[in-house]
Amino acid sequence: MPIMTDLHTELKASIIEQLNLEDMEVSDIENDEPLFGDGLGLDSIDALELIVLLEKDYGIKLTDPKKGREIFESINKMADFIEANRTK
Amino acid sequence: MYINGMASIAAQTEEDLFAGNLKSFQQNIFPATIVNYKEYIKPMMLRRMSKAIKMGLVAAKQALNEAGVEVPDSIIVGTGEGCKQDTEKFLENILDENESFLTPTAFIQSTHNTVGGQIALDLKCTGYNMTYTQNSVSFESALIDAKLQFAEDPDTRCVLVGGVDELAKTSTPFYNLDGQLKAGEINTAEILQSESGGTITSEGAAFFLLSEIRTQDSFAEISDCMIYREISEEKLEEEISWFLKKNDLKPEDLDAVILGNNGDKRFDHYYHQLQDTIFKNTLQLGYKNWVGDYNTVTAYSCWLGAEILKRNEIPQQLKLNNLEVKQPKSILIYNQYLGKNHSLTLLRSL
Repeated sequence: MPIMTDLHTELKASIIEQLNLEDMEVSDIENDEPLFGDGLGLDSIDALELIVLLEKDYGIKLTDPKKGREIFESINKMADFIEANRTK
Repeated sequence: MYINGMASIAAQTEEDLFAGNLKSFQQNIFPATIVNYKEYIKPMMLRRMSKAIKMGLVAAKQALNEAGVEVPDSIIVGTGEGCKQDTEKFLENILDENESFLTPTAFIQSTHNTVGGQIALDLKCTGYNMTYTQNSVSFESALIDAKLQFAEDPDTRCVLVGGVDELAKTSTPFYNLDGQLKAGEINTAEILQSESGGTITSEGAAFFLLSEIRTQDSFAEISDCMIYREISEEKLEEEISWFLKKNDLKPEDLDAVILGNNGDKRFDHYYHQLQDTIFKNTLQLGYKNWVGDYNTVTAYSCWLGAEILKRNEIPQQLKLNNLEVKQPKSILIYNQYLGKNHSLTLLRSL
């Protein structure tokens, strides 16, 4: 069972704010819930927003957008990727 | 063109307008009424929309709903200043982030044709989609295009036409800087008697589902619409008489005239001149002291005129003179802003 860290909470809060997920709170997003499709229901414009978020907040420049599909699968996947690659 | 459905969102509600409960404001910029947008727009779509898009999409859907039409053949939108809120957001991002880390949403949503585009996306309408940005005749430009669509394309049966403009926190107050808005203490209900320059502003959206052929849902007709970039005050009466004549009317045949008086002492004389001459014996209505003046406020006046014809009822708080009309059949709308962009729109009951 993945551990809930400050990064998980921080990411959820950033996603809610950046993607204007009105009426949604941090506790509404599960760590292993799919962010796209049937889960949170994000779309391709949101994916672009998340790419900018990674670079702006964590100094990670995603050179291959195709990788986004895997990285943005869930909060857990995003947090793991950020921990391994962050420069700030 | 026949009106089969219409809806409006503005600083006053339809209920208050016809119940005589119009509210005054104490500031020169005031917002449109609160609408429950969630009733009409999915939350995941709604989250990215600025007020212009929300107001436009909801008014469009309400107009279609009234007409019993799911998808129109064309969508034509007039907007004077487009999606200003997202334009500001995008520009602020550029400054805050030193021209880097720019996110796509605000940019995508900032263009003038976003409202027309979002309506088309929501309705899955792949037909003709056009946006007109012509200052205070943006809505009239859209109306004229609708007329051309019917004239040129025999397959066009119904066209969705509307006007929409929104307030924005930084750019709307710019109008204070060049005297377009009134300075000092304001009571909007009293501005038509004002002795100073400038006016008051707000936001809104009004949409119409139009058809060239009268249907069982038709309740009024937009008989004609004309735009004049400039008219000298001396020629105004003559131009209006000519416009009416080409529609087989004389000024005295009109049951009411909806005028764009906005309390700007520098330009309201265009209206006063008509009020004292050719429209002296016609019921005169003014509305901008209640809903403000903005580029597409004439879409609201068109909705107002058509609603009067539909209900056979005159909102008493709008009367500029004391004449009574029991069954209004012909209504002329005349508007100008800063002495330019004059427009005439003729409405008739069925």
